[in-house]
Amino acid sequence: MELKQISEFKWEIPQQGDMRVPAVIFTSVKLMESLKGDQTLQQAKNVACLPGILDKAYVMPDGHQGYGFPIGGVAAFDEQEGIISPGGVGYDINCGVRLLRTDYRDTDIIKYSKKLLDAVFREVPAGVGKAGIKRLKKNDLFEICINGAGWAVKQGYGRAEDLERTEEYGSMEGADPQHLSSRAIERGIPQLGTLGAGNHFLEIQKVDKIFDPESAGVFGLHSIGQITIMIHCGSRGLGHQVASDFIRLMEDQYGYRDLPDRQLVNAPIGSKLGRQYYESMSSAVNFAFANRQMIAHWVRQVFKDVLGSEKGIDQVYDVCHNVAKFEKHKIEDKWQDVCIHRKGATRSFGPGRREIPEIYRDTGQPVFIPGSMGTASYVLVGTSEAEKVSLGSTAHGAGRVMSRHEALRRFRGEKVKQELQEKGIELKATGFKGIAEEASQVYKNVDEVVRISHESGIGKMVARVVPLGVMKG
Amino acid sequence: MSSQRYRFLEHTADAKFQAFGKTLEEAFSNAALAMASLMWDWKIIKKESRRSIEVEGKDLKQLLVAFLEEILFLWDVQGYLLGGIEDLIIMKKEKTFNLNAVLLGDTNKGNYAASGDVKAITYNEMEVLEKNGFQIQVVVDI
Repeated sequence: MELKQISEFKWEIPQQGDMRVPAVIFTSVKLMESLKGDQTLQQAKNVACLPGILDKAYVMPDGHQGYGFPIGGVAAFDEQEGIISPGGVGYDINCGVRLLRTDYRDTDIIKYSKKLLDAVFREVPAGVGKAGIKRLKKNDLFEICINGAGWAVKQGYGRAEDLERTEEYGSMEGADPQHLSSRAIERGIPQLGTLGAGNHFLEIQKVDKIFDPESAGVFGLHSIGQITIMIHCGSRGLGHQVASDFIRLMEDQYGYRDLPDRQLVNAPIGSKLGRQYYESMSSAVNFAFANRQMIAHWVRQVFKDVLGSEKGIDQVYDVCHNVAKFEKHKIEDKWQDVCIHRKGATRSFGPGRREIPEIYRDTGQPVFIPGSMGTASYVLVGTSEAEKVSLGSTAHGAGRVMSRHEALRRFRGEKVKQELQEKGIELKATGFKGIAEEASQVYKNVDEVVRISHESGIGKMVARVVPLGVMKG
Repeated sequence: MSSQRYRFLEHTADAKFQAFGKTLEEAFSNAALAMASLMWDWKIIKKESRRSIEVEGKDLKQLLVAFLEEILFLWDVQGYLLGGIEDLIIMKKEKTFNLNAVLLGDTNKGNYAASGDVKAITYNEMEVLEKNGFQIQVVVDI
């Protein structure tokens, strides 16, 4: 495969074979080595072959092998000629991150961190298969799918201003649950308000470095030692089912024989099935917004109960990592309406974009890049540069470098937990297996991922936060 | 032909396994057990509850996805833990493949450790091959 290095942190796969556009990879010499060892580059090439793709197929700095699209894959499709693909969004629709800031300092909570974590673990239902909240009816679920976080606020979970500080203001327009399968509904109902397993987590953190005091100040992050709370989860079984259902429906209607990879099955954006997928996926996006809204509310309650007040526990922002949506982008000097797919990537809009709330319109939107369990996470700010060179997108996480299976061979959950404790990090999880699978060594170094984003200008470093307590689903 | 039911292969982000069988049916059964082993120890699950299932697919890969997703769905919604499979039959019809099976297992009431949430079954690197009997390869999204 022809691969050209364009600049220190940017490579290009020139248009070749069936590719309709080139592919661009934001990475470093060091991380490129691991990309060459798996299918990431081939998957980027495959994306570049899809009908109606515009500009380029992108891979973000945390890119790694996925299925269909690579993880870290971003692509825009022409609204008329283009396609929409469940494989370009992923199974965990609107897996995302919410960050809360507080007026508490590490010294305020040092005596209480275990108590806080125990209470969070009790209040925020965790783990696979455990029931979330009181059983909802189908009508409730439909309302959640239409109104997202807005539904949760209306029910008393959180505050109206949280909605302003959420991507899409907490609810995707165009969501319509009428084509959700009964299975998607059945999976969604008991799982609302749960973190889920795998890489999902809730962390009590402290600000450990501030790189850009001005933007940090706008985001409400003022000083080293300030406590923050990060929530990372998605749309649970409802989202997984939507993806699986529409992959099958699209296979049956459009076939997959001409595709470079069966997982890239798709439908024209304007087709009936394409629209139904978009409406159902948007429903799952909204379900995930409601999910994080409820969890954030419970965290505030816990802080209030343990420390006496939830004052100052404000939402910084809430971002999606797996989504397809309609946005305007300037491509070849022309503003175009496109259907953008971000799979394991974060929107990174700079100053002035109408999609971002007024409070951030002068700085750019907050972007959160969670690290692996027990390591630092980063707060970045979106840039106008990203809008020019990466369809307004940047990385979403550290990106795995080691399989779960290998992790289980190498690490023992008990030991990982003990090592974290020695570093002053409390950990609570439903089982040790999950801890071993998520040991920090299985991920790329998040520092390197963030450095590539920063140096490429597609998301600038604002602050670094480190965990004090981690709850794993 | 090894008597091994399944084995796991390296995959950075997700879980990849191969399942084997003298027959296609046996390979399908072992693929289900391989997936279950990612979430619980199927060998210790009491065979208290039987579930008859029927799924169909336009080809064997789609059938395999539908079959594994059925087990995933029962777990996700009912906490049903697969411990074994009986009478798995695959029939080729005019335009589809149909699979009937009886699942044996138990409902988790907190008495079993189950962890690791398989999100979905992908087509990525999927293989259904006739090779020393049958061999199946699956990558599941975790």
